[in-house]
This record gives sequence, C-alpha cells and structure tokens, in this order.
Amino acid sequence: MSPSAVSLTTIFVIVAMGAAIGFLAGVHRKMDLEQWTVGGRGFGAVLMYLLMAGEVYTTFSFLGASGWAYSRGGPTLYIMAYMTLAYVVSFFILPQIWEVGRNYGMQTQSDFFSLRYGNKYLAGFVCVVGIASFIPYLQLQITGVGIIVSIASFDGIGRTPAMAMSVVLLVAFVFASGVRAVAWVSVLKDVLMVFAAVSIGIGIPYIHFGGIGLMFAALAHSRPAHLTMPGATANLGHTWYISTVLLTSLGFYMWPHAFGAAFTAKSGDTLRRNAVVMPLYTITLVFIFIVGFTAVLVVPGLPNGDLSLLTIIRKSFPPWFLGVIGGAGALTAMVPAAIFILTAATLFAKNLYRPLFAPAMTDDQVAKLARVMVVVLGLISLCFAIYRSATLVSLLLTGYAGVTQFFPGVVLGLYWKRVTMSGVFAGMIAGVATVIFLMLSNRDPLFGWSAGFVALCLNFLITALVSMLTPAIVVPE
Amino acid sequence: MRVKKPSVGALLLGLIPFIAMCLSVSLWDRIDPMIFGIPFNLFWLIAWIVLSTLCMWAAYRVEVARDKKDFGAQ
Repeated sequence: MSPSAVSLTTIFVIVAMGAAIGFLAGVHRKMDLEQWTVGGRGFGAVLMYLLMAGEVYTTFSFLGASGWAYSRGGPTLYIMAYMTLAYVVSFFILPQIWEVGRNYGMQTQSDFFSLRYGNKYLAGFVCVVGIASFIPYLQLQITGVGIIVSIASFDGIGRTPAMAMSVVLLVAFVFASGVRAVAWVSVLKDVLMVFAAVSIGIGIPYIHFGGIGLMFAALAHSRPAHLTMPGATANLGHTWYISTVLLTSLGFYMWPHAFGAAFTAKSGDTLRRNAVVMPLYTITLVFIFIVGFTAVLVVPGLPNGDLSLLTIIRKSFPPWFLGVIGGAGALTAMVPAAIFILTAATLFAKNLYRPLFAPAMTDDQVAKLARVMVVVLGLISLCFAIYRSATLVSLLLTGYAGVTQFFPGVVLGLYWKRVTMSGVFAGMIAGVATVIFLMLSNRDPLFGWSAGFVALCLNFLITALVSMLTPAIVVPE
Repeated sequence: MRVKKPSVGALLLGLIPFIAMCLSVSLWDRIDPMIFGIPFNLFWLIAWIVLSTLCMWAAYRVEVARDKKDFGAQ
C-alpha cells in the first residue's frame, strides 16, 4: 500500500469507530425534540463531564494552537492563560446561573435573558448573536478536517472536497444520533487526543534535537524573538495579550452550549468543584505548543501555520502513525462541531423562530425545523471555509468577540439589582456593532487592544449608564 | 432573582491567578532563565496552572465554610 493509502485508511477506521459508537448510543431511543437536543435531561455526572470535556478540546487546541506557536510564536501562550482563567471565572458565575436556572426552570441561555429581563426581543437578539458566533467556530472545525485529510493523503485529495465530505458526514452523524451519541464518541476522542499530544510532544523534539530542552535551546539561539511576545507579529504584544485573555476567559461560558450545560449539573457545588480541577486539563496543551515550536526549525516556510503539526508528524513518523493522529484530529473536529451545530440549530428553531414568528408551532415541527437548520448551518460554514480563509485561532477569536458581549447582561443580571432591560439591550447592541465595524474594517487589534475587548468595555459602560437613566425593573422574586 | 454572592475572600483568591497569568505579563514574558529546559514564560504559565488550582481549592474551602456558617445561623 502507498503511504497515503495507509494513513487515509487508518483515519477512516478511527472515524468509522467513532461513528459506530455514536450510532449505537442513538439506537433504541425515540428521538423526540428533548431527547435529540438535551439527551432527555437524563445525563449523569459522568456523561455530563464527558460532554463538557468534548467541547473543550477542539481542532482549535490541536491544529490551531500549534499553528500559532509556529507562525506567531509567543502570542500563542494566551491560550494557556485564558483556558485556566475561564475556569476561575466559572467558579463565580456558574453555581449562581445553575441556582436561578433551577428556581425559574431555565433550559437555555436565551431563557435566562428572557426571564431575567422579560423581553423576547432581547432573548431573540441573544440567539442571533449566538448563532452568528457559532459560524466561525464551525468553519474552524471544517477547515481542520480539510487540512487533516489533505495532508494525510500526501496532497492527493484537495482541501475543498475533503471539507465537503466532512460536512456530509457531520450532518449524517447529527441526524442519526443527537447529543447522547456525541458524549460517548468524545470518550474515544479524548483518549486518542491525550495519547497523541503526549507522544508527539515528547517524541518529535527527541527525534530532531534529542529532547525538549535541546529543542528550546536551539530555537532560543537562532530565533530568540519568536519565543516571547509579540513573536513573529507586529502588533500582538502585551496589551493584546492582556485584552485577549480577559475577553476570552470572560467569554468562555458565554457560548450558548457551555452556558446551557450549567443547567444540567446535579448541583451548584458540582460546578464549583469542577472549576477547581478543570484547569489541570489545560496542561496537555503544552505538548501541542512544543510541536509547533519544533516545527519552526524543522519545517520552515510553510504557507499556513495550521499545517505545521501534521507536516512535521508526516516527516517524523511512519504513515500509520500519521493516520492515528489524523483520525484523533478528525474526531476532535467532528465531536465539537456536532455539539455546535445541534445547539445553533435548536436555538434557531426553539428560541428564535417559534417565540418570535410562530408561537403555535408544535414540538414536532420545531424538531423538523431544527433538522433543516443543521443542513443550512453546515452549508453556510462550508461556504465560509471554502471562500474565506483565516487562521484557526483568528476564527475562534472572531466568535469570542461576539459571545463575550453577553457577559455584562449575565453578570450584572446576577449581581446588580439596578440593571435594566434597556441598559443591557443598548449595551449589547453597541458592543456587537463595535465588533462588526472593527472587524470588517480590519481594525483588530485596535492600537494593540483586542477589538472584542474594546467592544466589551463600551458594552459595560453603556449598560451601566442606560440602566441608571431608566427606571428599575421589577424582577419576579 | 436573588442569588448568593461569592464571598470577598473567595473573590480575592480568584484574583490571584488573574494577576499572575494575565495582568503581570510584562514581568515574566522572557526566555531566561530557562527552567528544566523550558523558556521562562512557558514555565511560569505551567506553574500557575497548578497554583491556580490551589487558589481555587482555597476559595472553595472559604465558600463551603461560609455556607456551613449560614446554615448554622438559620
């Protein structure tokens, strides 16, 4: 067999195993709306944990983190800081979100806004921003699969057909099995991912330099500026680092799927304890960074940093191993993509379309509409992936700039009695408008500050000012 | 919509990782001294992943102690 046949077959076997687990988890269950989207709310602690872990490790942390270590250098360290600090933030808001969720019977993020502020248009706006922010995140996963397949085929299969295949597979997977399947597939995915990260993080520097320390010594000698900020960039310095870490750590649990997951926990205390141990999960990322840094010296001059991890693996290991890592990477893209596409499609049908345009819809009709939206969202993300290329990290940062605009409404809604619906709505519109303007006019970063963070500050300011100028709302006790 | 606010002690403990891993970046973003062959900035962040867990564990103890006290007072 040719090298490309070996690696592609290995990837295929791993993805097929994942799909088989998913389909088996979905059989023998009647797929009504509730079962399909939230697993019938019967998730035990273990399955819940698997689902949350499945959301954390995506193609972003696999190809994106190493890609930025390769192409940008020092600024990539923001990823380690933000993931850790996101859990610190969660300690102070998730138990409280869980508590109000239980007291008022909330199921989604949109319910929170609608019940706290009593306005369905605000809740609808939150849905729209949430769905729009998912598009770059989905695009990121699809692009990731395209990269994996084209490198594993030794460039025999182009990126575009590979991405189109991955969307078809994704939609089929989501249709057949729903969210419960996703949680189980992430077991296979996480085991493979940890194995992959540790073996390549230690193996690759050893093969080319004789060890991690020797690799860093060589890099510090030949490219010292690469290892600190702003690294290989002109404008990603310390101001960018601080503003981006704040933006993304505050925004982490503002993603609709992550926010909604808090409602399914057994107790507020479970969420608090999770927040204490979850940062340790971030350590695996170090190995991924190391691979990206090693690639700077071993495979210089790649057109796109996101290719670096797989290119150096192809150069260092036999094809079957490339296949194992590629298969792990493909599942790492498919599992979160399935969660995002399910969340976004359900948001559209259940929390946006039905309350605003068709209150008489039955649950069955909502479920049908959600399925249509899975296809629509898959196609939109595919179009973006084909026609608008961007690095994986900048795609994620675009999504974050959007969802973090929910933060003032959530945190002030929990802790500040004086906050009003008009304040939150005005602040959020200002924040989202600022993000769109700065990003479309290529002003990110703005004088070294992350555009999303600038928008978040403005959002906070306007929310507070307008809230003080408008009469306080009577919140149901 | 009444929720229990986090205690001041827990908030201060939660502030420590933010200062160490984010706001103080210009103090530790350098290569030397390399520790265990790892550049100083990367080593600093790895160390603070572990230390942050300790901070949050302490914050957890503070919250649990307060909850117990509140419960006793009722």
